[in-house]
Parts: sequence; structure tokens; C-alpha cells
Amino acid sequence: MENKESIFSPKIIKTFLGPLNQNNPISVQVLGICSALAVTVQLKPALVMALSVTIVTGFASLIISLLRNTIPSRIRIIVQLVVIATLVIIVDQLLKAYVYDVSKKLSVFVGLIITNCIIMGRLEAFALGNKPWPSFVDGIANGFGYGIILVIVGFVRELFGSGKIMGLSVIPQSFYQMGYENNGLMILPPMALIIIGIVIWIHRSWNKSLIEK
Amino acid sequence: MKWLRNKLDSIKPHFEKGGKFNFLHSTFDAFETFLFVPNKVTHVGSHIRDAIDLKRTMSVVIISLLPALLFGMFNVGYQYYKAIGQDVTWLEMFWFGFLKVLPIVVVSYVSGLTVEFIFAQVRHHEVNEGFLVSGMLIPLIMPVNIPLWMVSVATIFAVLLGKEVFGGTGMNIFNVALLARAFVFFSYPKQISGDLPWTYGLTHGIQTVDGFSGATPLANAAAYAIEKIPDNWTLFVGLIPGSIGETSKLAILLGAAILLFTGVANWKVMISTIFGGLFMAFVLNLFAVNPFMEISPLKQMLMGGFLFGAVFMATDPVTAAQTETGKYIYGFLIGLLAILLRVLNPAYPEGMMLAILFMNAMAPLIDHYVVHANIKRRLKRWNQSTIKL
Repeated sequence: MENKESIFSPKIIKTFLGPLNQNNPISVQVLGICSALAVTVQLKPALVMALSVTIVTGFASLIISLLRNTIPSRIRIIVQLVVIATLVIIVDQLLKAYVYDVSKKLSVFVGLIITNCIIMGRLEAFALGNKPWPSFVDGIANGFGYGIILVIVGFVRELFGSGKIMGLSVIPQSFYQMGYENNGLMILPPMALIIIGIVIWIHRSWNKSLIEK
Repeated sequence: MKWLRNKLDSIKPHFEKGGKFNFLHSTFDAFETFLFVPNKVTHVGSHIRDAIDLKRTMSVVIISLLPALLFGMFNVGYQYYKAIGQDVTWLEMFWFGFLKVLPIVVVSYVSGLTVEFIFAQVRHHEVNEGFLVSGMLIPLIMPVNIPLWMVSVATIFAVLLGKEVFGGTGMNIFNVALLARAFVFFSYPKQISGDLPWTYGLTHGIQTVDGFSGATPLANAAAYAIEKIPDNWTLFVGLIPGSIGETSKLAILLGAAILLFTGVANWKVMISTIFGGLFMAFVLNLFAVNPFMEISPLKQMLMGGFLFGAVFMATDPVTAAQTETGKYIYGFLIGLLAILLRVLNPAYPEGMMLAILFMNAMAPLIDHYVVHANIKRRLKRWNQSTIKL
């Protein structure tokens, strides 16, 4: 390898931070919305989902980047799908083995990671044209960018929808006796969309460069 | 009045540019124009300054809501004393209802206006008057037993996400007051459906006389207990359980008369909504397979919040269709959907709220097709005409 870069060069750090803020897959690119709506009723499934997607994007990017010079461009989508599907099946089996209850809750949405636009998008846009290490970082970072939003939405929905966080009751019983009630709308899918909308709103008023002219 | 004017003038410089409290400029402006007629003079170009600006228009709507509000207060007392089986004078009934309804009105105004003022301040524009009406409508479509913090949360939700994100008064897609009610309906369904919320104290388990259930006429109809529905006259006067402002059709029609006389509300929407409802009720009569579907169109009009929605909600000039033909279609479909939802969907005892919100979303589409139909018609006429330029 000529012109060897250090593994934490400024460029790599930029690749890593982009998806967390300027280029967030959900709040800026608006990708992967369906799973963000479906798995965020509680925080725990949201966390597991975020982790699964991060692992799949990271390793899919790494593998595709390693293979990038040998994949004929005409069949590259099929090769990408094979790689993603293999990784998703491995993740699915791991979830079933170690966190069976969460895996039950996530149901088809683990399998549907295969069709998550974020993964395919990163492979096409980044991994096919970059070296393995930057591609891996890019994949992991996009998984994190997706995960942040999922965790925020899951946190708000579980806290106000069922008064719990990670399955533990956090709103004291005395609140309920004073007349507090859990918000039923939070459990319903539309609220996830509204919360993502609010996140986008806050994100944009904080990072003005995102506002379109 | 003179000293008030002087007082305002003396503190005004502090709120102008460069003053100490410049950041509160819109707040000051709102209070000044609320208290006195603005004396701004247009210097450039030709502009018309009409005496009836947004603030006056909204005041007319508030006045037209007063009969419904006052009767609603009386009815709260009436239903309560009926439930516990006490005989008191009508003044005591009114006073009781007044004390129960006033906090809801105050909470609705305080929460909504707080959001409005904050946004006006942050965005450096004037405080708009749009909320004056929404703030009065929200209490009128809530049950009397609603916890006050829910009113507050629902109002903040509706003003923030129904209005401010779209750019404030005049830019909202959905009717703000109905959005607040929809929020309560989906968030805290126990507080706004069933038999208990509509009579004061029932959700806290007060002792009632035998045989009192507190069920609304629509709940009776949905349970096919047709014989329990009061006669048309009682429904018309409004001595029935229901949301605070919607029970008395008499008071609502009084408000409608004020709105139509002053030309503030659009008669096309009102008439076509009622016509749509009558039409749907008539169609359901024809194909009736259960007692609810057999209820006469007139009675369908008198039950629930249909008339209130038709007079005060559907006519909202911001969210309704803007084209003249579109207004007929918009109103007709609201009436049609409201009765259809109410009768055929047991999950929603009253369909008016969802019908109006749904048609709010559809109004731009209606306008689009009406405008295009017009363009097409005129193009055709142009092509047929023999004179070509």
C-alpha cells in the first residue's frame, strides 16, 4: 500500500462524524423511515435494531470494499444483496440465540434490514469507490447516525407512552395517583413520524446550513 | 381611558428598536393593538385599511360562540344536579357550571397564548389573533370532566404542531381546535369517550340517582337503545349530556345567525355540510339494517357535535376549500363522511371531528381540480370561438 494513511486521519474522522450530524441518514437523507416507525415503541428493541443495522452496514461496507475491484459492475447489486442477506441472517440467528424476546418483538423487521435503503445506499455511494478501512468507518458511522434517531424516538415514546425506560417504570406511582396518565398516542405509529419531524426541526434550527434556500 | 393611553405611550420607547425591552416588542404590540385601534397610516402605494381587520373578525366569532358557552355552563350544572337528584334554581345550576367551565377556558387560553407569544417573539413578528377563537373553541368541544393538564398538553400540541410549524396563523393545514380534541381522543381515550366524562363528577364516582347513566344520545344510538334518545325538542334545546358547547342546537343556530349576518362565516360551507349530512342520513335510511341506520335525518342533525362542527369548524376560512365551487364539495363531503363514520364505525361515536380533519387535508386537492376544471372550460370555449386573435 502506497501513501499510507494513519487510521485516525482527519479525513477518517470527517467520514465518521458526517452521518452523525451533517449527513444523518434519517433526519437529513430521510432513509430507513419504516423501521424507525415500526420498532421504536420501546427503547430496548430500538437499541437492538440500531446495533444490528450498525453491524450489518459496517461489515457489508467492509466486505464490498474488499471485493470492489473484482465485482463486475453489471451484477454488483446481486453481489451486494448476497453479502447483506448473509450478514442479516447471521445477525438474526444471533438475536434469536441471545435475546429471544427482543427478536420476537422485532419480528420481520430484522429480515427487512436487507431492504433498508441506508445499507444499499452506502455500498453504492461509498464502499464501491473507497478502501476497506474508510468504508468500514463509513458503514459504522451511518449505523450510529441511524441508531441515534432510533434511540431518541424510542426513548420519548416509551417514556411518555408507557411510563417506562428499558422496561423499568420510571414515572413514580404518586404521579399516577395525582391523575397523570400515559399518552396513548405515543404508542400509535403516527407519533413516531411526528417525533422524527420534531427531531428534524430541532436539528435544522441548530445546524443552519441544512436549511434549503 | 386617557391615563391608559398615556401610560402606554410613556413605556413605549422601551420596546422600540434600541430600547431595553426590544426583545418583548411583539408582546407590547399585541397588548397595545388589543387595547386601542392601531393608528398606523400607510404612506406608500395604494392600500385599503378596512375597519374589520383580523382582530375584529375574530371578536365577532367569539361573540357568536357566547350563546353556546353560556348555555354549556348552564347545562353542566343542570346535568350535575340531575345526576345527584337535587332540585335547585337555574341560577345555581349556571353558577355551578360557570365554576367548572371557567378553569378549562383559562387553561386553554394561557397554554395556547404562551406558545403564540414565544413564537412571535422568536420569529420577530406580531402576535396573531388566530388563537383567540381556537382558545374558545377548545373548551367547548371538551368534556367537563377533562383534567386540566390534559387540556393544556393538547392545546400546546395543537398550537405548536398544528399551527406554528406551518408558519403561524393563516398557514395551518388542520383546524387547531379539532387537532387538540383529536390529540385527547387518541392519547387519553378514557377521558373523552364512553358514558362518564360528560357529566361533572361521574369519573370521580359521585353518588347518582337510580337510572342515571350519563350516556349521550349518540352512545344510546350506537347501542341501539333508540327509546332512550330524548325527543327532538330536548335535543334541540340541548339539555343532554355531551361536550360543553355542542349540546344546544338553539345556541349554535343563534351563533350561526350572527356569523352569517356579519358575513364572517361562509354560508356555502355551512349549508352544504348540513345538506351532505341530511343526504347521507337519508341514504342510510333507505338501506337500513339496524336501528341506528333507521334514525331520521332530522334527528341525526340534532345529535352530537354535527351542527357545532358545521357552523364553527368547517367554516374556518384557513382550512376550508378556497374556491367557491370547492366550498360546496368540501362541505358536502364533510357532512357525508361525518354521518357515515358515526353510524357505521362503532369505534368512533361521533364522526364530525375526523370528517372535518380529513377534509382539511383534502381541501387543497379539491381546489386544484376546481381550478383546473375552470381552465379546461375556458380553453374549450376559446377553441370553439370563431374570433382568433
